[in-house]
Amino acid sequence: MKIAIASGKGGTGKTTLSCAMAFAIDGPVRLLDCDVEEPNSHFFVHPAIESAEEVYSLVPEVDPEKCTNCGACGRVCRFSAIVPLVKKTLVFSELCHSCGGCARICPSGAITEVRKRIGTIETGRRDHVEFISGQLDVGQAMSPPVIRAVLNRASEDGLTIVDSPPGTACPFVTAVKGCDAVILVTEPTPFGRHDLGLAVETVRELGVPFGVVVNRSTAEENLISEYCRKENIPLLLQIPEDRRVAQAYSRGRLLTDVMPELRDALRSLPQQLEELA
Amino acid sequence: MKIAVTTSGDHLDAPVDPRFGRAPQFLIFDTETEVIGIKKNTQNLNAAQGAGIQSAMNVCEESVDCVITGNCGPKAYATLSAANVSVYIGVDCTVGEAIEKLKRGELEVSQEANVEGHWA
Repeated sequence: MKIAIASGKGGTGKTTLSCAMAFAIDGPVRLLDCDVEEPNSHFFVHPAIESAEEVYSLVPEVDPEKCTNCGACGRVCRFSAIVPLVKKTLVFSELCHSCGGCARICPSGAITEVRKRIGTIETGRRDHVEFISGQLDVGQAMSPPVIRAVLNRASEDGLTIVDSPPGTACPFVTAVKGCDAVILVTEPTPFGRHDLGLAVETVRELGVPFGVVVNRSTAEENLISEYCRKENIPLLLQIPEDRRVAQAYSRGRLLTDVMPELRDALRSLPQQLEELA
Repeated sequence: MKIAVTTSGDHLDAPVDPRFGRAPQFLIFDTETEVIGIKKNTQNLNAAQGAGIQSAMNVCEESVDCVITGNCGPKAYATLSAANVSVYIGVDCTVGEAIEKLKRGELEVSQEANVEGHWA
């Protein structure tokens, strides 16, 4: 089972929950850090890194000898990544979404797809947690290919926890749609409630079963619990607000180091999600 | 010579629009015939990115020799120079005054973009 830990708003506790859950669970688990623009799970996992590899995406290269400036490539590209001009065809690889359309449509075979490095993936482990983390190269704008490369390393039949990117745009969608269930983490603030609403709409559109975890909860009844009841969304867990959690976080320690009483609840999350699916 | 000027107006007294990629339209002026034309630039108002490139391709369709505008980003500039279109950046006056300045040789052709791309 692949579980995405996601949120609309950033900084609500995706990594805190992902890492604590991975270590609370008995038996082998794979933790994927798919927040490739700013991966930080490794600060809490402290993995021994075993291997690193590069991630590439395919971008077009135009052979000016063969190009007849017919313009077919530019008409098929939705992102202006390839621009046919009267005497020359320009490529803006940073806008390319690697669909390959230009290379396929070119009638003179002037376009070949070449590899462009966009990031790296590191693989390691600590105890029973297999750890895989993606990192987008500085200056690259397109994170989904790196996210997909990390997701490809999910466990075939075991449990995989996917620490997802925030927001509700392409990076979030890429991470979440590859999973069997989603936990949306939020905080009981108006901002947290607002962005949870956006994330809920997106996940419903994707058709992936989901539940909510409230982080930094100060009362059992709050604006998130009220929202979940109204929307008929399972509220899976409330993590209490506690200064010790922030202190542990700042030192690269796990949530369960200061709140061991949460272990059982964290361990039960996959089962709860399986019942939703 | 055909000159394209970014503007939201449709006459020579309208101000030059400082944006190139998101300019609402171009006023196209032919110095030989003195005919004024308008080229709408609305195709990319909703484009998340690549607006400068599309704007450049749009104006190139009119076979202009030069573009007068306020600001121009790196991709738009690369597209225009590949199409051999001269770019005059940093112009802040009316369209008519800009054309006159150009005719009198008071504008200097830009050698590079003057603003960063929004997707750096």
